[in-house]
Amino acid sequence: MGGLPILSLMLLVPLIAGIACLLVDARPARLIALGATLINLLLGIVLWLNFDIGGAQWQFQEYAPLFAGFSWALGVDGIALMLIMLSVFLMPFCILASWEAIRTRVGEYMAAFLFMEALMIGVFAAQDIFLFYIFFEAGLIPMYLIIGVWGGDDRIYASYKFFLYTLLGSVLMLIAMLWMVNVAGTSSIPALMEYDFAPAAQTWLWLAFFASFAVKMPMWPVHTWLPDAHVQAPTAGSVILAGVLLKMGGYGFIRFSLPMFPEASAQFTWLILGLSMAAIVITSLIALVQHDMKKLIAYSSVAHMAIVTAGLFAFNVQGLEGAMVMMLSHGLVSGALFLCVGVIYDRLHTREIARYGGLAINMPAYALFFLLFTMASIGLPGTSGFVAEFLSLAGVYQVSSWAALVLTTGIILAAGYMLYLYARVAYGEQRNADAAAMRDLNAREWVLLAPIAAAVLWMGVYPESFLAPMRQDIAMLEARLARAAPAGDANLVMGAPRAQSANAMATLPGAEHAGEGAH
Amino acid sequence: MQPILLIVFLPLLAALVAGLPNKHLPSVFAKSVTTGALILSCVLSWPIFLGFLNGTAQPSVVPVAQWVQSGTLTFDWALRVDTLTAVMLVVITTVSALVHIYSWGYMAEDPDQPRFFAYLSLFTFAMLMLVTADNLVQMFFGWEGVGLASYLLIGFWFRKPSANAAAIKAFVVNRVGDLGFMLGIFGTYLVFGTTSLTEINAAAAGMSGATIGFLGMRLQTMDVLCILLFIGAMGKSAQLGLHTWLPDAMEGPTPVSALIHAATMVTAGVFMVCRLSPMFEAAPVALALVTFIGAATCLFAATVGMTQWDIKRVIAYSTCSQLGYMFFAAGVGAYGVAMFHLFTHAFFKALLFLGAGSVIHAMHHEQDMRYYGALRRHIPLTFWAMLFGTLAITGVGIYGIGGFAGFHSKDAILEAAFARGTDMATFAFWTGTLVALLTSFYSWRLMFLTFWGRPRWSESEHIQHAVGHGHHSPEEGNPPRQESADMGSPHDVPGPDQHEGTAGYHPHESPVSMLVPLGVLTLGAIAAGFAFAPQFIDGARFWNGSIYYNEALIHALHAVPLPVKLAATIAMVLGLAFAWFAYIRDTSIPAKTAEQMGPIYRLFYNKWYFDDLYRAIFVRPAFWLGRQLWQRGDVGIIDRFGPNGAAWAVQQGSFAAKKLQNGYLYSYALVMLLGLVGAVTWVLV
Repeated sequence: MGGLPILSLMLLVPLIAGIACLLVDARPARLIALGATLINLLLGIVLWLNFDIGGAQWQFQEYAPLFAGFSWALGVDGIALMLIMLSVFLMPFCILASWEAIRTRVGEYMAAFLFMEALMIGVFAAQDIFLFYIFFEAGLIPMYLIIGVWGGDDRIYASYKFFLYTLLGSVLMLIAMLWMVNVAGTSSIPALMEYDFAPAAQTWLWLAFFASFAVKMPMWPVHTWLPDAHVQAPTAGSVILAGVLLKMGGYGFIRFSLPMFPEASAQFTWLILGLSMAAIVITSLIALVQHDMKKLIAYSSVAHMAIVTAGLFAFNVQGLEGAMVMMLSHGLVSGALFLCVGVIYDRLHTREIARYGGLAINMPAYALFFLLFTMASIGLPGTSGFVAEFLSLAGVYQVSSWAALVLTTGIILAAGYMLYLYARVAYGEQRNADAAAMRDLNAREWVLLAPIAAAVLWMGVYPESFLAPMRQDIAMLEARLARAAPAGDANLVMGAPRAQSANAMATLPGAEHAGEGAH
Repeated sequence: MQPILLIVFLPLLAALVAGLPNKHLPSVFAKSVTTGALILSCVLSWPIFLGFLNGTAQPSVVPVAQWVQSGTLTFDWALRVDTLTAVMLVVITTVSALVHIYSWGYMAEDPDQPRFFAYLSLFTFAMLMLVTADNLVQMFFGWEGVGLASYLLIGFWFRKPSANAAAIKAFVVNRVGDLGFMLGIFGTYLVFGTTSLTEINAAAAGMSGATIGFLGMRLQTMDVLCILLFIGAMGKSAQLGLHTWLPDAMEGPTPVSALIHAATMVTAGVFMVCRLSPMFEAAPVALALVTFIGAATCLFAATVGMTQWDIKRVIAYSTCSQLGYMFFAAGVGAYGVAMFHLFTHAFFKALLFLGAGSVIHAMHHEQDMRYYGALRRHIPLTFWAMLFGTLAITGVGIYGIGGFAGFHSKDAILEAAFARGTDMATFAFWTGTLVALLTSFYSWRLMFLTFWGRPRWSESEHIQHAVGHGHHSPEEGNPPRQESADMGSPHDVPGPDQHEGTAGYHPHESPVSMLVPLGVLTLGAIAAGFAFAPQFIDGARFWNGSIYYNEALIHALHAVPLPVKLAATIAMVLGLAFAWFAYIRDTSIPAKTAEQMGPIYRLFYNKWYFDDLYRAIFVRPAFWLGRQLWQRGDVGIIDRFGPNGAAWAVQQGSFAAKKLQNGYLYSYALVMLLGLVGAVTWVLV
């Protein structure tokens, strides 16, 4: 890639296209947005193909000092690469999903999405902690506008709730960042990842970052902005919210909290595991009683994100890799589920589950896609969701069998609420004439759903493609965490094996009490 | 190209080719593709099995692709073939191929045939992946895959609310078992550092003295792991406690019940325990639990099966009960015998289900045996097939000479339990003997109610519907069936003989496509026992290390006293005699008995109230809790004191600030004065 600043280019393309969108009419704006996001997808593929797996930790680095130690520093490792790929992969679908649904202020809408894409790539690519902060916080603004301007009836409440919550942690995080840079003498993220802060300071720094990431994640009990934001956001807004914005919290934990504050992370392991356990049970039960499709999927997102946090704080390779795969998988699956909701919302303009029913009769192709994504959400083996859940929970089990037990109940509850949703939407009699008259997927909707379905199956059957780029980074992180990693509760103690197997019997035939009485 | 690759992946390919075009191609295309693929798989499977039978084949593992590598946790896609797999291969592909053929006739009038056949083939693929797994995770893949197919097929007539409810129930209850299975896999990986079946089985004995911390307790490692895995087996094989989904699964089309809920999927749990038999042999407490749960399920399901009126539910509870036999056989260490019963059961139970399907087909979708009777002469071929199935399940045979399939396998199980001699095994033996009587009773009850006596068809709404609308009214895709047996409102009387008469209806024998599978399975029900008993029971060389083979137990099994050997046969004859008295000789006996034994009868009839109990302690509380957590938790507490509270506080603060700036000079002056006084005071003090 000799010299081509591909990451800056990936930031620049949507930025310029976004400005262009502000200046033109609806139709060209759509085309520009689609073109720009496709170009970025292509650039992303080039990035992935040229990523040297097992090579240098940081690749495609760019550096330009700006002022006062603040610099334009970009670069990716495998973890960032995968999340950038997720962002650029989902973006064209967002544009396509809004093709017909958005009719007012189309140029501004497309611009908001393009700016957001640039900011999200910036979050994952930033190597300067202040640059990260700017991208991280600025990413809220387009989302806030998307919900507030193009959202549903209650959009003002939702957007202000969204903003209030996510702003809460930011101030604390900024203060922590200033302190860190002051102490460590550098604002470079790679350098800070190797800097050892005093354990006492770590505790406060960890909490400051936690305030921000927990809200972004979102973790229970600071999750209540998410259902409202999802319900009010337009379809594409929900896709990007669930698909990428929720990943910024997880990325924050894996990029900042864990490597920079290993001791504090170990100290707070049980806070995280406890909140994750609470989240998975509570939000799953809440998802069970929802009447609004988007709200149900939003609550299920909180439950899935709890598996991410638990996996991250398992401090071992399986947990970390599982958490990363869960972020990617959830990005695809919940994004696709919101697209599925969007498909029928566009036809009937309601998210009320009870208004549908029997869609498998008149929309068989739609029902098949919806089933696939439902199963992926439940974590059926063969889909991405299984690899994610299995690895994360296998990691958690090594730390605590209690936590693993409670978190694994999620597989029962998820099956409950997702299948209940699916049965009410796709199965049963056709109760409403208007729902029964809806036509099956059109070509545009096929293009929306089929590639995501393929990606979900790919990640489920051959996850190596996604695990390989991250392997080295995860291994390094695990090595850094090793000194603080909590001991598991298993404590296997070897004993002298029994001389005989449980049902061994003396060879004399017919003797009724020949057994060794193992019971 | 290894044949095993074709055997496993042809059904998947067929499912995709048949299912994805759905109704865009004529249904005969989907039917031909899937049935053809399955017949091919079946034809390729038998030589493998015969190779192991005559000792020429060797175990092998065919790698397919990498799957997951995460640190030291690695597992790949691979197909393992050994004796145990080969047994399952022939069972699965044979029954599946026959069920495919049968469905040509049974589903002939259904508009959704491509979907149905695609699901059937998809199921077969998943089941084959399960039995060819070389590691626990691929087994789990197959395990969940069959769960998905089962969900789809139970809910095949998805317009029916009862079918949807049954499908969700099956999936969710199985997931409870899967919770155990998953934790078992995690624990196994933690302890052994691998998920490879070969490595785990090899290392298991060495771990038998180790202890592990689990949920804050310190326990025997192998007991913990095996019990967790066995919880998974209990879910899939519908053992007591996690059995509630199986009777409801009868909402699916009858060929599905034969394939999935009798012959193959529900036996996956037994297969798992046998596959991991060296592991279980290192876990005495887990084995005692397996024995106990097996025996208890065996008895429980038989008692319920005696009282049900729906022909499919009787056979469903019978399946549950027979699975109990298999489990306690495994529990006492007779894994080969457990597999033998699995093998014979697959044939005779599939036969009984397909026979029941033929009866239901003849009786225009009536499933309530109270409206059957005297069908022997009207559908003679079905009658003979079911008769042989009944002879096989009840274990008819003569000691020393031979008998039908179930005679060999069930006797061997009881003898093994007796020979094992521990308290738990002895309990299992006596329970199993009692259940042999009950099995005979409920099986002959079914036969007598269906094929003997006088016609009782006239009160059946299905028959009335058929007569009223001409004989062959086309079956809709989702026939709006009446839930007959359990709603009970019009016919609460337990007696079968209230209303006699044919209502002018003429039952018709099923088409050839349905009769041919019945014929093949009849052969299996007759011959599978004596043909294969030597290998399955005594074949240390046949099993070739694929299961834990207990030489001493098998010797002891053959040396049990004569009364023990005759126990099952005596129980069988008694059961037949009771059934004959109650349902042929004096048909008023059942009603009288039910009345006299009121509470017990109701307990059995209502399935020991498991469903009501679970609804009361799990389902309703879950929804109630969900509503509370949502309305009171999220909205009432978090939002109220969180964002809304913050907003309210800011608003109040701004109101207060607004009041301060009221523009009146005197109030500003007052504040100034107060400030001045305060400042002076502070300086002076």
